[in-house]
Amino acid sequence: MFSMSTPLLALSFFTDPEVTTSAKFLEIMFLAMGLIAIYNGIKNLLDKTNEARIGTAVFWCALGIVMAFGRWIPPLGNGILIIIMTLPAILKQVKVGKTDAPSPEEEKANYDKIGMKIFIPSLTIGLSAIAFALFTDLGALVGIGFGVIISIVILMIYSRKNTPKVFLDDSARLLSIVGPLSMLPMLLASLGAIYTAAGVGNVIADLVGKIIPAGNVNLGIIVFAIGMVLFTMIMGNAFAAITVMTVGIGHPFVLAYGANPVVIGMVALTAGYCGTLMTPMAANFNIVPVAMLEMKDRWGVIKNQVIPALILLVFQIVYMIILK
Amino acid sequence: MDLIKLLGVLVVIVGFAIKLEPILIIIVAAIVTAIVGNLGVDGLLETLGSTFVANRGMAIFILIMLVTGTLERNGLKNAASALIGKVKRASAGAVIGAYGIMRGIFAAFNVSFGGVAGFVRPIIMPMAVGAIEASGHVPNEDHVETVKGMASGMENISWFFCQVLFVGGGGALLVQSTLAPLGYDVDLLDLAVVEIPIAIFAVLLGITYYFLKDRKLVKKYYGSDAKKED
Repeated sequence: MFSMSTPLLALSFFTDPEVTTSAKFLEIMFLAMGLIAIYNGIKNLLDKTNEARIGTAVFWCALGIVMAFGRWIPPLGNGILIIIMTLPAILKQVKVGKTDAPSPEEEKANYDKIGMKIFIPSLTIGLSAIAFALFTDLGALVGIGFGVIISIVILMIYSRKNTPKVFLDDSARLLSIVGPLSMLPMLLASLGAIYTAAGVGNVIADLVGKIIPAGNVNLGIIVFAIGMVLFTMIMGNAFAAITVMTVGIGHPFVLAYGANPVVIGMVALTAGYCGTLMTPMAANFNIVPVAMLEMKDRWGVIKNQVIPALILLVFQIVYMIILK
Repeated sequence: MDLIKLLGVLVVIVGFAIKLEPILIIIVAAIVTAIVGNLGVDGLLETLGSTFVANRGMAIFILIMLVTGTLERNGLKNAASALIGKVKRASAGAVIGAYGIMRGIFAAFNVSFGGVAGFVRPIIMPMAVGAIEASGHVPNEDHVETVKGMASGMENISWFFCQVLFVGGGGALLVQSTLAPLGYDVDLLDLAVVEIPIAIFAVLLGITYYFLKDRKLVKKYYGSDAKKED
């Protein structure tokens, strides 16, 4: 999987003038992200209180290796590592070990000291992403990376207790809490690519083409948006719906006729969010709050979301048709 | 027609619908699609590997988490609760609306205060119930039940439609990576900008709808003349 020349390849990547500065920065960020994941893996491996320490370590370390070094590993090796990563997740062997969560008292004490100034490092990352996207060629993601560094520096200035280890352990804690499901978007994107490689989009397009006439872009937009809502309601996840719907309907019936891919591609996703608002399948958003707020009606959240969701769907369809 | 190629799509739909482990569903769907699409074992693993590596940007949250947890440790939630606490002498519907604006603005910066468990339950609900009491009513059980639903709804609407304003957020990255193999190259900033009118409309809609709904409920449960004059 790894060759002896990997470090050399890495070196030549960073010195290669053909590679954009943005790509080099991103690669450094991926390296940092991978190392955080590996740190979390090793931390859990050594954590005797974690009842699934091996599985947890395998998951985070495999992820970390692909994140940090994936560029220099052949695609086949990356594919094998990803399968290895998913195994403990599927077997439910990725667990949260010992985490040092801040106590309400600690938060209160820090708030008394820092106060409303805490909003500054909270907003830094988003502002940095916008600034980098607007004023540099480096792109929003590199902006996020710099924003994180600025935010860390501000927090360190605020309090001497914010040492590098605190940041590292806090991120490992959150990473453990979000767990393997945080990999869903990336795995779905990979599944989308496999669908495309297997020609799934063409089959769906043929099927839909029997129902709606090709060439009517407005009708295509309506079917795309409503399809997103229905698929999202069935699957409970707009991210799962967007790949297959874009490949099967958005591309052949709307974008192929010259519609604006920024408008159509993006708004279709938020049209799908209207489906998220209306389905018990999106349990995190619609069912878990029922339990947390001790509501009597299991549908209590959804009932309060259906009307805004439908209005928002119509608004977005009209928006897509006007701006296409 | 190659209907058999849709087997992998069917796996995803049925799998999510019967609530199997999501990662298991995706792997099974990938394997099934690779078999019916004749990709072979190597084709499957290579596509999986190269797409995952190409989409590593979606894991940017790992880097962001480097500060998220420490922000919380340093009192972010306390500050947010102090900020929303400035809303005084309001109805339950107005409290929900004020939270909707705050949540929306911070969502655009990818900042959350802990969702229903971390913020709505401990901070927004007591404020909303307090608002009903402050207007001189004994909170009606059914009214409070609806207020809970509306607060969760505002929470979701603001988050869903404003989070896409964060440049480099997960949704836009997924859209970008879905469009790329189809031949469309889109910019992350453009993907965020196109959502601005929708985000504003969504938050305003949520605020108006819940405000009016709450006002109607106040009349229904406490009578139109029961409200004390300010």
